[in-house]
Amino acid sequence: IQSLSSPFCLCRGILRGIRAIKGPEYKHSLAYNYVLDQFCKKQVNHRYCLAQEEALYASHSYLCLLISTRQHMALYDIYHGKGQHDTEEMAGIVGLRLPTQPGGKGWEK
Amino acid sequence: MLRNLVRLHSRVGHALSPPIVCPRSQALKLPLPLLSVNSKYYSIITERKKFYEDVSISHGEGGMFEINLDQRKLKTPGGKLFTAPNEALAIAVANEWDTQKDTLKFYSMHMTTLCNTALDNPTFRSKDQIITAALKYLETDTIWYIINVYRVEEPPSLVELQNNEWDPVLNWIEDGYNVVIGSSTNILGPEIPQATMNTFRQHLGSYNFWSLTGLEYVITQLKSVVLAFALIDKHITVEQAVLLSRLEEEFQIGHWGNVEWAHDVDLYELRARTAAGALFVHFSSESSTVKRKLMQD
Repeated sequence: IQSLSSPFCLCRGILRGIRAIKGPEYKHSLAYNYVLDQFCKKQVNHRYCLAQEEALYASHSYLCLLISTRQHMALYDIYHGKGQHDTEEMAGIVGLRLPTQPGGKGWEK
Repeated sequence: MLRNLVRLHSRVGHALSPPIVCPRSQALKLPLPLLSVNSKYYSIITERKKFYEDVSISHGEGGMFEINLDQRKLKTPGGKLFTAPNEALAIAVANEWDTQKDTLKFYSMHMTTLCNTALDNPTFRSKDQIITAALKYLETDTIWYIINVYRVEEPPSLVELQNNEWDPVLNWIEDGYNVVIGSSTNILGPEIPQATMNTFRQHLGSYNFWSLTGLEYVITQLKSVVLAFALIDKHITVEQAVLLSRLEEEFQIGHWGNVEWAHDVDLYELRARTAAGALFVHFSSESSTVKRKLMQD
């Protein structure tokens, strides 16, 4: 990722990131149009101007954000605990059923 | 069936709310002095069903941008209308909401969280308080807070690694900001001279409130003022900053092996949060205008 310093690679990386998230309709998303617009506009500027450097930095950070979030969520889905089971489910795991009392428990209204 | 929008969005967290899936900050026990006040901000709901189809942005009052979910406007957890100062930030936030499928995972929406914190300021801090909190990471009272300047004495390969990786950044900040930080092998860490603190305080004071919120967030994530400055000044990339912050962990991983469900999760989450913070600071402190010139014949 550190070698992706050329604007073309960054642009392509971000658009790929958007496609990975959004799926086939990524071309209609807000981010796609904005990113393309920004990269096309910057081409007109002088090569070494400060705005170019800032835009590259912002693109690099955004690419990192997209990729890292996606990878983090992928790992989260695999490894994160699913939470506590319901009492009935818990009983079912060991093959038991919850006791029932047809007349109610006495203190219930 | 469709609930009040304010109540729905009260579920979205703030950057300062206790994070659910961040072992790093849980271990550090971030101080939240006003936890008892405004407890509505600290919700344990981390997911919600998706209730919209389209996300778009629109111009609001005073040149601010608003996010629209279907036809309704996004609000902060505090009930305020969500406004972003520029288009880039608004698009980043809108993209985060757009990314969500079926369930909304608020813990993955870092840009939204940062904007909410800046807008709501749930712990009612002033700029000075934020600066003081950020500079605390430079002081020597707790070992965790100065991880980047505390040098271990053995094993020698780790010492060499620390010298090779951390020294350039230290030199850069000492030259660039004209300060003296130094490093030490003492468990109490180096003595930071008052002049250094003043220089940093003055520099931090030059940022606006939004940028400062983001900057303090980056410092908290990386656990280092030096690395945060190097990142914001574009001296190092996000990946490099995260690597330098986790140098000892990476060394141990290289030696003992990688544990995917701990190391990788930690790494990617840190990268995501730091990238979001850096981007947030960048967008909050820039201002761009477009002047169109008519071609004269």
